[in-house]
Amino acid sequence: MKRLLALLFALLIAGPVFAAPDGGALYGRHCAACHGQDGHGGVGVPLALPDFLTNVSDTYLSRTIRHGRPGRVMPAFENLSDVQLRAIISHIRTWMPEGSMTPVHDTTPVIGDAKRGKALFAEHCAECHGANGEGGSGTGVTFSRPRDLPVIAPALHNAAFLHAATDQMIRTTLLQGRDGTPMESFLKQGLSEQDINDVVAYVRSFEEDPLPSGQHEGEEPYLSVESFSSFDETVANLKQAALGRNFRIIREQNLENGLFAEEEENARQRIVYFCNFKLINEAMKLDPRAGIFMPCRITVVEMADGTVKLMSINPKFMSQFFNNNALDEPCTELYGLYVGIMEEASL
Amino acid sequence: MNRYTAPLLLLLGLFSAGVANAQPLLMVRAQQSFPETMLALQGVISDHGYRVSRVQRVDVGLTASGYATDKYRIVFYGKPEQVRSLTAKYSQLIPYLPQKITIFAEEEETLVTTVDPAFFRKLVADPEAHVIFKQWRSDVESMLDELSEAE
Ligand code: HEC
Ligand code: HEC
Repeated sequence: MKRLLALLFALLIAGPVFAAPDGGALYGRHCAACHGQDGHGGVGVPLALPDFLTNVSDTYLSRTIRHGRPGRVMPAFENLSDVQLRAIISHIRTWMPEGSMTPVHDTTPVIGDAKRGKALFAEHCAECHGANGEGGSGTGVTFSRPRDLPVIAPALHNAAFLHAATDQMIRTTLLQGRDGTPMESFLKQGLSEQDINDVVAYVRSFEEDPLPSGQHEGEEPYLSVESFSSFDETVANLKQAALGRNFRIIREQNLENGLFAEEEENARQRIVYFCNFKLINEAMKLDPRAGIFMPCRITVVEMADGTVKLMSINPKFMSQFFNNNALDEPCTELYGLYVGIMEEASL
Repeated sequence: MNRYTAPLLLLLGLFSAGVANAQPLLMVRAQQSFPETMLALQGVISDHGYRVSRVQRVDVGLTASGYATDKYRIVFYGKPEQVRSLTAKYSQLIPYLPQKITIFAEEEETLVTTVDPAFFRKLVADPEAHVIFKQWRSDVESMLDELSEAE
């Protein structure tokens, strides 16, 4: 037993676990999909920005990574070890401009008039960051479709952002802006330092008034409705019901199609695929990953005991996978459409 | 429990810490362009013993309807016998099978995303099925790793 323990210790010391983790590789694995291999942005905002990196402390970065941005796509990486977290941050720091220093986490509060700040916010910030600071609609930088702004404004009315950001960090962002993004210096745009302090006080006051999350919880993963008609009639009714709700039928096939030779396919599991390209386009503007829901699909199944069922995924359940508040409403809408179609088709 | 059990468990805990990063969606960036990644994806799917059953070209439909978009496809795949027996045994899996992977262009690179198969455990409680889901998860992870490492 002692020998086994010693062996395990030796493995630990020699093995990859305690060797300093490779921050670049960890970044590549966990972050690059959204923020880009070189930090230039994608589904997430760009990180390799001089005005950003010279303004945020390591505490800001580690809190952002640990807690994510609830409801704003950026996931919470709760399971990374502290060592891994530090390695990722060191990797991000390699994008600092030459000769610059990592800022300290300066918690000196900014004193301002939040009420004045509120009016200034409505005038100068709301068009990008949303009327309540809930963030612009859409995510980060998207290259796959045209849009008005190259980078979507992050949520400020967000518990995790406010926990990570100090007043000083917010103030510096307003003073300097972020070169290379639509966020410009408000000093240059004519706000006074007092105005800026007032806006910071207002942004800080979001903490006292958290936004409702709107996330769907306690949903079943799938929807199922028993049909009162025969299998074939149910399939026909299903197509009719989808057409009646402005969907286009794009395909009808057996579930096993493409997996088995045609004559061997189970013909009692019939999929109807349907699409509404306007809905798809809107959902993909809000989140390029929304294709995970596509195409719309309801399956008609004849069970062993002869009962016929209509089955589908539950869009409200799946919306939880995205950590994107903007999808909650379209998913509720899609849920309503699915249930309506299945109920109509079951009669 | 003898006096070594606790430290052993601790050590094993250390070994596995940080391995499982629970995110419901898995996503990787491939440094290659869309056509190359699409080919590579179909390759890794069959290398892992699955069959591609169909490719849905979402971008084609969108463009035809007048919406601007870059390449955006959905690849359906599965192991035929597994899909057959699982859907027969656990009908609640029907809406989710065959499995699918979403692939879309981002300028000269490509993003590949899918639901973590570990999610299927929420649909089926049977430990026998969990063995299969675990295999799926490890296959999907290794498929995505191969795509993100391709130069
Ligand atoms: C033209 C659009 C636009 C306007 C107007 C605008 N912002 Fe921004 N803002 C952005 C964008 C885009 C970013 C993200 C920049 C980046 O990628 O780092 C940003 C970033 C920020 C950040 C940093 C957030 C973070 O997560 O790092 C703060 C704080 C901020 N803005 C506050 C404000 C305030 C307060 C105002 C009004 C005085 C304002 N912004 C006006 C677009 C805008
Ligand atoms: C699924 C996509 C996704 C992944 C994966 C992801 N992020 Fe993000 N990240 C985002 C989005 C989107 C935002 C902007 C949130 C907003 O708009 O409010 C963001 C914001 C951030 C910010 C704040 C930027 C700023 O200007 O203040 C940091 C820092 C960050 N992410 C780091 C990381 C790191 C490090 C990782 C990997 C451990 C990571 N992210 C993984 C999508 C992602």
